Amino acid sequence: MSHSVELIDVEQAFGDVKAVHHFSAHIAGGEFFSILGPSGCGKTTLLRLIAGFTEPTAGRVLIGDKDMAGIPADRRPTAMIFQSLALFPLMPVWENIAFGLEARGVPKAQRRKRAEELLELIALPGYGTRMVHELSGGQRQRVAIARALAVEPQVLLLDEPLSALDLKLRQHMRAELRALQKRTGVTFIYITHDQSEALAMSDRVAVMNAGVLQQIATPQELYANPATPFTARFVGETNGIIGTVRGLEAGLATLTTAEGRFTGRAGAGLEDGERASIFIRPEAMALSRIALPNSLSARAVSLEYEGASAMLRAVSEHGQELLATVPNRQLGEAPQAGEQIWLSFQPEEALILSEKGAAA
Amino acid sequence: MTEMIKRFGPGLGGFFIALVALWIIGMVLAPNLMMLNFSLKPMLFPNDIGGPKDVYTVENYTALFGDRVHRAIFLKTVWGSGLVMLATLAITYPLAFWMAKVATIRGARAMLIALIIPFWINEVLRTLAWFIILSFNGPLNAFLLSIGLIDAPVRWQGDFGVLAGMVYAYILFMLFPIYNSISTLETAQLEAAKNLGASTWRIHRRIVIPHAKAGIATGCVFTFMLAAGSYVAPALLGSPGSRWFTEIIYNWFFEGGNWNRGAAYALVLLVLCMAVVMVTLKIFRVNLADVAK
Repeated sequence: MSHSVELIDVEQAFGDVKAVHHFSAHIAGGEFFSILGPSGCGKTTLLRLIAGFTEPTAGRVLIGDKDMAGIPADRRPTAMIFQSLALFPLMPVWENIAFGLEARGVPKAQRRKRAEELLELIALPGYGTRMVHELSGGQRQRVAIARALAVEPQVLLLDEPLSALDLKLRQHMRAELRALQKRTGVTFIYITHDQSEALAMSDRVAVMNAGVLQQIATPQELYANPATPFTARFVGETNGIIGTVRGLEAGLATLTTAEGRFTGRAGAGLEDGERASIFIRPEAMALSRIALPNSLSARAVSLEYEGASAMLRAVSEHGQELLATVPNRQLGEAPQAGEQIWLSFQPEEALILSEKGAAA
Repeated sequence: MTEMIKRFGPGLGGFFIALVALWIIGMVLAPNLMMLNFSLKPMLFPNDIGGPKDVYTVENYTALFGDRVHRAIFLKTVWGSGLVMLATLAITYPLAFWMAKVATIRGARAMLIALIIPFWINEVLRTLAWFIILSFNGPLNAFLLSIGLIDAPVRWQGDFGVLAGMVYAYILFMLFPIYNSISTLETAQLEAAKNLGASTWRIHRRIVIPHAKAGIATGCVFTFMLAAGSYVAPALLGSPGSRWFTEIIYNWFFEGGNWNRGAAYALVLLVLCMAVVMVTLKIFRVNLADVAK
């Protein structure tokens, strides 16, 4: 089993700016762990802390239960895959892959052999003598992974490595990365701003915003039970309506909003009388021509056909924008633009989260 | 050439081509051919020119290698210029790397300004400043005596003075090409190499130097040629024991009055410089077009 990574109350400040606030997480050995957040949220800073390019201002980083304080990047059991890949353009592919072994003083014949094995692993046999510029984007990606794996790292750090690829290749590489991770058993820490990437590949995801950890959960949990309004809005599409809590009972809460009164599941720590938002996923919205309990009156704006379903955009009387998924079999009943409709939802499928302390 | 005419029309295009041709033929080729002609003739009294003694000969060239002192000075100039080149490279490379990859933008800018400002002053005056610093009763000796590093003043002028003066005079010609080429290196490559466990030495040997080799070759070629053709630094900071080949050429022209011998010596220096350029470019596997970039 490869090493676990433990972050204890890690903080990183650049001058007056705090890029990471009190971040704690335990990443198990062999886990595929993603850190998800918008650009500039501090996730790359966090990765560079683990790699050892910077030392945290406060807090500790443990890899395999060993404190990494004072251990520089070249002596940590980590390997990083950079956003730009940072392959060495003046070396052939095999020397790129074997560079870490070269640094460790492995003899040339052995390096060459290991590079060939890794080329086999990434399905690029016979590419050893090519130059980096002769490879396609996806091939370069795989060479970067092979180069990182060559040093047999305990922890692989990936900094948005797929962001430069086109959609089709990105989806293909997701599956490959996931399979590779399972095959090698190496702990992966994957940074991304793309929530679908994080949800598709990870065992667990940490959501970050403005340097603050929002939630660590499995992808399913993250989608179904976001802990903060930020997570609810950032992960997947959602309808969020702000209001005041009026009554809490048996795990359900009632929220009065400008759009009316709604009932939904109460999020953890929700208190009566405070500002809160109700979040309803578009697929939980049911379309009707009559008013039902827990429903919103709205005017249809547009219908975007997405293949497996369609996304209905509507706007309420008070200007609230609303989204609802219309399954293909109901497309026949879909409203015309401008038509008056009702969107309703079951209380169990809506979540009410406190807006207290949520800056964004 | 057809490109030029296509772009500017036959009139203007032809004019530009004529200007370039005039420059190359009138300012570069003709004087050098005249020098070559001079160098292949013996020195004659004016009334002998065109007479039976006015024949082509290589004796001006054989004289250089036949004269023990001149040959020694020539070889010393070659090796001295090489030393200037290596010393400048050794000082400049870490500085260029620091400016391009380590320093903050403000730090790099401050360093650049600090390096450029002295060059606003005329080269002779700058060298004279070194003359003062290095003189026997000058500030350097006074300083070293006061901190007790030396017991008696040292004669810095001579070989050391020439080396120091030239390194200082040509540092920017080495710095800029190397700085430029290192700054185009993606910083992530350095981090990737470090992350893979490479030592600082290996990062430079395998990543930075191969990337910057065109800049290094350019800087080395510039510095060598400038050093080999230098006159002010050896004249001011040298001693009788550290004469430079340019001083010999100068003497043939302006003191010995033997233009023919001077021309032969100057051409030997020119051929040497060209050979060094070619060899350096060959060693670094860079072609002239890369240097011009």
